Amino acid sequence: MPIRTEPVTINIGPQHPSTHGVLRLRVTFDGEVIVDVEPIFGYLHRGSEKLAEERNYVQVLTLTDRLDYVASMTNNQAYCLAVEKLMGVEVPERAQYLRVMTAELQRMASHLVAAGFLLQDLGALATPLMYCFRFREKILDLFEMLCGARITVSYMRPGGVFADAPEDFWPALDRLMGEAPELLGELEQLLMENEIVLVRTKNVGVLPLDMAIAYSISGPVLRASGLPWDWRKADPYDVYDRMQFDIPIGDRGDNYDRFRVRIEEVKQSMRIVSQCVEQMPPGPIRTKLPLVLRPPAGAEAYGRVEAPKGELGFYMVSDGSIAPYRCKIRSPSLINLTVLKELLVGWKLADMIVTLGSIDINMGEVDR
Amino acid sequence: MVPFLQDNVIYRGVYCWLGGNEGNAQWCGRDGLLPGGYEWVAYFVAGLTIMLILVNGALLGAAVFVWAERRLLARFQARRGPNRWGPWGILQPIADLVKLLIKEDIIPTAADRIAFTLVPIIMLMSLLLSLAVLPFARNTYLANLNIGVLYIVAVSSMTTIAIFMAGWASANKFAMFGAMRGVAMLISYEIPLILSLVGVVLIAGSMSLVSVVEAQYLPFILVQPLGALVFMLGITAELNRTPFDILEAESEIVAGYHTEYSGIKFALIQAAEMAGVLAASGFLATLFLGGWSGPFLSTQLGALWFLMKLSFFVFLFIWIRATFPRLRIDQIMAFAWKFLLPLAMINFLATAVQVYFFGFYHGDVPGEITRNEQWVMAAINVPLAVASIAAFGHFAREGIRVPAVRLESIVPTPRVAEVD
Amino acid sequence: MYGLGLAKGLMVTMKNFIRPPFTVQYPEERLPQHPRFRGEEFVWYDERCTGCASCAKYCPLGIIKIVTSPSETAVLEGDKYDIEVFDIDIGRCMFCGLCVEACPYDALFMGSGFERSRYQRKDLVISVDELRQAVKRPSTWFRPQLENAQYDPQEGKPLAWEDVGREKWPWHKQEKAGAKINRTVHRGGAESSQDKK
Repeated sequence: MPIRTEPVTINIGPQHPSTHGVLRLRVTFDGEVIVDVEPIFGYLHRGSEKLAEERNYVQVLTLTDRLDYVASMTNNQAYCLAVEKLMGVEVPERAQYLRVMTAELQRMASHLVAAGFLLQDLGALATPLMYCFRFREKILDLFEMLCGARITVSYMRPGGVFADAPEDFWPALDRLMGEAPELLGELEQLLMENEIVLVRTKNVGVLPLDMAIAYSISGPVLRASGLPWDWRKADPYDVYDRMQFDIPIGDRGDNYDRFRVRIEEVKQSMRIVSQCVEQMPPGPIRTKLPLVLRPPAGAEAYGRVEAPKGELGFYMVSDGSIAPYRCKIRSPSLINLTVLKELLVGWKLADMIVTLGSIDINMGEVDR
Repeated sequence: MVPFLQDNVIYRGVYCWLGGNEGNAQWCGRDGLLPGGYEWVAYFVAGLTIMLILVNGALLGAAVFVWAERRLLARFQARRGPNRWGPWGILQPIADLVKLLIKEDIIPTAADRIAFTLVPIIMLMSLLLSLAVLPFARNTYLANLNIGVLYIVAVSSMTTIAIFMAGWASANKFAMFGAMRGVAMLISYEIPLILSLVGVVLIAGSMSLVSVVEAQYLPFILVQPLGALVFMLGITAELNRTPFDILEAESEIVAGYHTEYSGIKFALIQAAEMAGVLAASGFLATLFLGGWSGPFLSTQLGALWFLMKLSFFVFLFIWIRATFPRLRIDQIMAFAWKFLLPLAMINFLATAVQVYFFGFYHGDVPGEITRNEQWVMAAINVPLAVASIAAFGHFAREGIRVPAVRLESIVPTPRVAEVD
Repeated sequence: MYGLGLAKGLMVTMKNFIRPPFTVQYPEERLPQHPRFRGEEFVWYDERCTGCASCAKYCPLGIIKIVTSPSETAVLEGDKYDIEVFDIDIGRCMFCGLCVEACPYDALFMGSGFERSRYQRKDLVISVDELRQAVKRPSTWFRPQLENAQYDPQEGKPLAWEDVGREKWPWHKQEKAGAKINRTVHRGGAESSQDKK
């Protein structure tokens, strides 16, 4: 006689110790096995796209900082690329190198946050998180030297960056690059071969490549499923075509691969930063543009970057006034979140938290 | 009517102060305060004194353990722990206790009130009962039961019932999840735990903890390495500590079975859990490291050696908690049934065979395994332990190897056309 | 062998246990701050401000409130408005620094503190009196002249209005060179006409 069980619907609510931000998941369980997942978001919606229509182009930059608040340099970079395409201006070379360098430093910081919180969700109290944050603190100290703020940086402006690096920035950067391999090696040693991490993350939440492409996934999630697609190589912007770096690719697209791809990307970012420091030419850092920009009416532009979480794009339409007519943000976290149900059905509650952490979403971006 | 007058100094002091007379003049030199037929009062008061000392010591120990854990965990995480209240933050547990005491005691409307309230009482009770047989030094224990080991196992199983009561009576889905997982895990880990203790009992020849300590010419961690390992992992699971802490997995189900507890009930549950770690370290120190015996002055300084060994195990528990992530429930089950149980059975069989042959060698009087024989057993058991761990680890591991991540540096074609 | 990865993890944690901790004991010790740090307390120089309200226009949130009135003296080169109200609402400010970027006269600077908390929201509004009386330690954000002078606000040397500008505007140069320009500087009391050297 078969046992009749009753599925239970639980709200893993907006306030929870481990959903990354205010995300609500309505999950239906049969025992401990997940039967259905419905993500409900919008708890952090601040109306960025509408607010952007009422501010001029430099004020919108301060709004873009706060989209993916963990990785604000790349948000700035995407926006500035879009506006520069609208206006049709060229960015000086030193500014491009500075942009690439800070974007890669920001990528390192963002991946460290992702890795740290993934390990915390796995249950390793806060120890790997503290180690990751110790490394990230040093990167944020560098950002403070550059632009006075650690997280919401507003470093770039349409036409370049707003200021050059101070004198004491370069020795501090060299010091960090010297210490970085050891810090990263410690993290790897702590967790890469740990049997418990392997057993929890291998073959869990597998994302096949055709499903990833069908769902428009981008970023490390796509690369972990096997496709070597990176906008820095496919459509290089700024000076990425002069940088030599590799793209880490995973085999299977499970949680472990996504985790591992991010750690390898940190190493590649360190390479890019060293090359930027060597190759940086002297020169101006900002094209002379008026304080209030007025792009030609009817112009449209799409500026995209390879943000740490995926492809971040800004589609700007201008009507000739000082504020954009439409600013549409293609946020990677929102698109990557749509595949959550496919990854989770059939797995257990413990896997849900880990898989959500491995997709690495940021609610500031999902909700805008 | 006069147990342990000959052993326990404190008991003897209080008893004789109250009830000494010519009937027990051989232990008490002089007359006590009470007249003739009232020795039962002396018996009662002396017993109560020892119990109070034990209970207060256990709970104070739990408070010190909370402080030690927070500071040690912080040091493992490259930060300092609480250091504002009192020198080195030693008064922090008191601050936490006061905070918990002044909180509102909330019982959910749909909860089963009696079961809800009984849970912290049962947890604390089982812990304190199991501390009754722990010998802290020579002649310093509450009771020397001749079934000490069996008693410990029996009493500490009540925690399982308490956890399930907590989950059920809370009328909360998260708590129910925690309790369901908990019961499955806890009862599966009882079996390797008990089997690992059988080896110790076989060598010592008796289940009394005092006899176990006295039979350790060589610390049993060398003579019974597999037993020590299985016991250590099993007791980590019984205590719900990482890597087996799915019961209170903070990042998953908020707080598991004690989600709905607040105020003093929560404080008592936490105290029971923390003091449980102390009790478990005490048992590990007694059963596997030799209790109160040390390189010198075992009789006078026995408490000091015991405390050092206990601290070592406490540090080990905290170190493991700071480092490892937690396992999933089915992996915990697999670990218990596929790894710990075979190891425990191998240990049991090996020890039984060795004890039989040494008994054969000695004559047919069981008991007394001498020092040299224990060295021989150690020499056999340690390589056996390494071999079994390697063998069963291989079988239990499902072929996980750290893969290489491919690195590609070719430009994927074609180049994407600009969208402007 | 099973367990070696676990043992390596334990070694890493033990190594970090032995190393000194990474945190500082705030508030006795503080982390070093770069001079470019964008802090909470704004630094405003009354003598340089002309009341043009570029900062208020450029602020994305509109939290700067400026009320001016025409000056009583005759229109001279360098004459400016009386500033009656100059309020910055820290409760809604995001410290982006666009106001500092917009100021053409180098009158507004970012501060470098971060401990300006109050118990009520209305106390979070920095009024013009507070701005006038504060000790002026400007952050060097977006002010290359301060950076070239290697000024460090953490050292605590306050700067006067003559030392902080890029000196592109003629009246300040003339005043520094010794010309006397009659200007009313509203000091929160009776109007007084002061000679500035």
